[in-house]
Amino acid sequence: MNLLEIKNLKMDFGSGTDALRAVDGVSLMVDAGETVCLVGESGCGKTITALSIARLVPTPPANYVGGEILLNGRDVLKMSNGELRDIRGGVVSYVFQEPGASLNPVFRVGNQIKESLKLHKPEKATDKEVIRLLKLVGIPAPESRIKNYPFEMSGGMQQRVMIAMALASEPKLLVADEPTTALDVTIQAQILELLHDLKQRLGMAILLITHNLGIVGDMADRVAVMYAGQIVELSPAKELLRCPMHPYTKALMNAVPKLAGGANRLSAIPGNVPRIGNFPPGCRFAPRCPIAKPECSAKIPELVEVEAGRFVRCPFWKTP
Amino acid sequence: MSLLEVKNLKVHFPVKHGMFSHTRESVKAVDDVSFAIEPGETLGLVGESGCGKTTLGRAIVRLVEPTAGGVLLNGEDITAMSGSVLRVRRRKFQMIFQDPYGSLNPRMTVEQIVGEALDIHKLTDSKSARQKRIFELLKAVGLDAVYAQRYPHEFSGGQRQRIGIARALAVEPELIICDEPVSALDVSVQAQIINLLQDLQQQRGIAYLFIAHDLAVVEHISRRVMVMYLGKIVETAEAKTIIRAPQHPYTQALISAIPEVDPETKRRRIILPGDVPSPIHPPGGCPFHPRCPIAQLPRCKDEFPELREVKPGVWASCHFAGKKIDR
Amino acid sequence: MAGGVILIVLYLVALFAGFVAPYSYDHLDTNYSFHQPILPHLQNFRLVVPRYEQGAAIFSYHAVVGDSKPIHFFVHGAKYKLFGLVPTAIHLFGTGDDRYPIYLLGTDQFGRDVFSRLLYGSQISLSIGVIGILLSFTFGMMIGGISGYFSGWTDTVIMRLCELIMSIPALYLIISLRATFPPGMSSAQVYAMIIIILSFIGWASMARVIRGMTLSLREQQFVLAARSLGQTHLKVIVRHILPNTFSYVIVAATLSVPYYILGEVVLSFLGVGIQEPNASWGNMLTAAQNTEYLRNYPWLLAPGAAIFITVLAFNFLGDGLRDAADTKA
Repeated sequence: MNLLEIKNLKMDFGSGTDALRAVDGVSLMVDAGETVCLVGESGCGKTITALSIARLVPTPPANYVGGEILLNGRDVLKMSNGELRDIRGGVVSYVFQEPGASLNPVFRVGNQIKESLKLHKPEKATDKEVIRLLKLVGIPAPESRIKNYPFEMSGGMQQRVMIAMALASEPKLLVADEPTTALDVTIQAQILELLHDLKQRLGMAILLITHNLGIVGDMADRVAVMYAGQIVELSPAKELLRCPMHPYTKALMNAVPKLAGGANRLSAIPGNVPRIGNFPPGCRFAPRCPIAKPECSAKIPELVEVEAGRFVRCPFWKTP
Repeated sequence: MSLLEVKNLKVHFPVKHGMFSHTRESVKAVDDVSFAIEPGETLGLVGESGCGKTTLGRAIVRLVEPTAGGVLLNGEDITAMSGSVLRVRRRKFQMIFQDPYGSLNPRMTVEQIVGEALDIHKLTDSKSARQKRIFELLKAVGLDAVYAQRYPHEFSGGQRQRIGIARALAVEPELIICDEPVSALDVSVQAQIINLLQDLQQQRGIAYLFIAHDLAVVEHISRRVMVMYLGKIVETAEAKTIIRAPQHPYTQALISAIPEVDPETKRRRIILPGDVPSPIHPPGGCPFHPRCPIAQLPRCKDEFPELREVKPGVWASCHFAGKKIDR
Repeated sequence: MAGGVILIVLYLVALFAGFVAPYSYDHLDTNYSFHQPILPHLQNFRLVVPRYEQGAAIFSYHAVVGDSKPIHFFVHGAKYKLFGLVPTAIHLFGTGDDRYPIYLLGTDQFGRDVFSRLLYGSQISLSIGVIGILLSFTFGMMIGGISGYFSGWTDTVIMRLCELIMSIPALYLIISLRATFPPGMSSAQVYAMIIIILSFIGWASMARVIRGMTLSLREQQFVLAARSLGQTHLKVIVRHILPNTFSYVIVAATLSVPYYILGEVVLSFLGVGIQEPNASWGNMLTAAQNTEYLRNYPWLLAPGAAIFITVLAFNFLGDGLRDAADTKA
């Protein structure tokens, strides 16, 4: 049994004729101990999908109209409030993009970590445990740091505190939503190194959301690429980076400037990312796709397993 | 004669203490920076948050007043100018901003936004000429003329950046300071804007000071690159050279920190310890020495390394420039 | 929405006060002092109004049964000037016969029709509200914008001045300002004076808020862009900063108009505002000071109801505008 299995998740904003589909038939699996990256640009639905794992999206305005989210075999969408409180922190923890906004500015850092402990492991809600956690995430001189307020810490430190809070309850799955996007690149390196280290030491599964393909190369075992509410490619990381299949993945990789890449011009993807509610008919990438054919706009292609463990939502993926 | 010459520029912000707001310390955002940009070239400026690159850009266009030093545009010192003299000179240098959502007045139409530039400098003499010019500018940045009557919130981030570029182009500048113009955009759109900037440069011979924290983007678009740390330039070299053979340890760490798309290159990263120190109390001597993997006390702590040419065309501010860091 | 509709009706009626009101504001009918409201009733599908006669006690009247006159619309009545310009004598409704008066809301101690006076009074009270906020908000926005944009000494001086004005209790300030004006003033002068006084105390709080908003708007990148284009300081404030405060200003304005109306009411109530014989809701309410009057002739409180409806309507409008202004991206 997988740790996390999202099956054909469908979610709308609003209901009735005004409903806008944000997540359209997303299926994703994460095994214990593995790192899966969810890659996509803004508005593709990756954050909403991730938040749905612990049902953190308020319903209304969100509306789950189909599919299941199985966490250790139990469907999150059908859980009661009490069961949800247990899994939040207990099974799945989150780390968000802006550490400054995720920490409460009027409470000391030590107390915020203790709050997380009190909810899930009350016998361990002690200063000693907090210090241990701060050491685990690499904060120097943790004994003095537990008295700090968030504004007294740098962005990198705040993110480490967030990770400590997430780990306090010993979750099986850590969902990190663009955890390093708001940080400088050298600090990003520190945090990614930390996540890598923790993954190995604690055997934790990580669902890492990012738009940076470089991070995928460093961290991921498997990758899911999302576009306009759907998964368009799902594959082991190494193979995806070596040989991407979906035209969107290929275009994304070509659009990013590489260090010492030597390109004179970047191959840009024309047009704009379609916004929710304005998805084109048929294949959603077709209007921007370099190899689009007329039949692409007629019907949404299925996500098909074309090689062992590699899925693609494009019948023409073989075209170079 | 260089198009832009910055000489020993300093921008210090006083930090007010105490009841009577007396100044004892200052944030040394830009601390003795000198460089030059030739007509039509792109100079990249890289650094992390707090290094002063944004302040440097704003000081050059006089949105922030320099505390000391000079900014020479075609030989004229613009730091000494004010009022209408400065206003006329402003046509020569413009800025495009980072935040596509904050850089356009939400209450003005595209036509008003781009047209304001024309109106301030009285660049057109009739309504029809003005409109024609606005349509030309929109077309030059890849936007349809029909968008002129729309409001900013009706556009995507990439399109808003294009409007901002059109606004800057309206006065026909010779230099554009690009302050992180693509950082807030989606990856697929970043490439469009970068290509647009390059095309405009080829067509119009505009020089760019391209400020960003993403070294890969900066290296792609720039001929030369400067690396900034805590208000000072630590290395300057041609773009390709700085990537292949970085001389300063901070540059090396910066390059190694970038996650690589190719999974085969298993680079071991250089992880810099700690955080960037406060610009109010920069460390003595070399400002990088507390975090530097190759720092040697007491020299690095006591002696400030001047920016010197360590190899032909490569300037670095390090006593041990060129020494490779072991990973 | 409802608030807006009510207000439109009120202001239209005020504009056409001379037309809608059956009588002039100083039309005396001493035979019918303190008359209770004469309301028309249906008789043979026509609206008619009975004739009233003086009863046994003073100021008590009863209707004469069987003796009534139908109401006509667009009747010929007393002469007046529509909008103060066009001389005419057509009124919206009336009987056309002076022996059958229509006093929809009764009369006051001088036999003047309360309804007509209410309408004439609305012209003054409602317009003072609108003109007052136009003046004070325009002034407050400019001052606040300048203060926040330039900072430094300009800001400090202006803000201290605002605080000074705001710290004086409004009522005392109003009264003492009124006292500085000479007593024998024409009603037009009094009208202008009231507006000036109310605006004087109103601009300070608006200036403070606009100054706060300016401080943050000033750092927005589109303001920096305008400055880097070489735009003059004044134009930056007026074209870029102030328009982005409109969503707050509009709501604040609609919620403040009632205070201006009430300000005039207070002044007139205390006898230092609009003078007799001109009608204003405030001076009509002075009659309400007397408890005997209130007990016996409650229709004299009609202006209070009018004020209540107006203030409520403005509040609804303000709430609606606040919601509407939020939808902008």
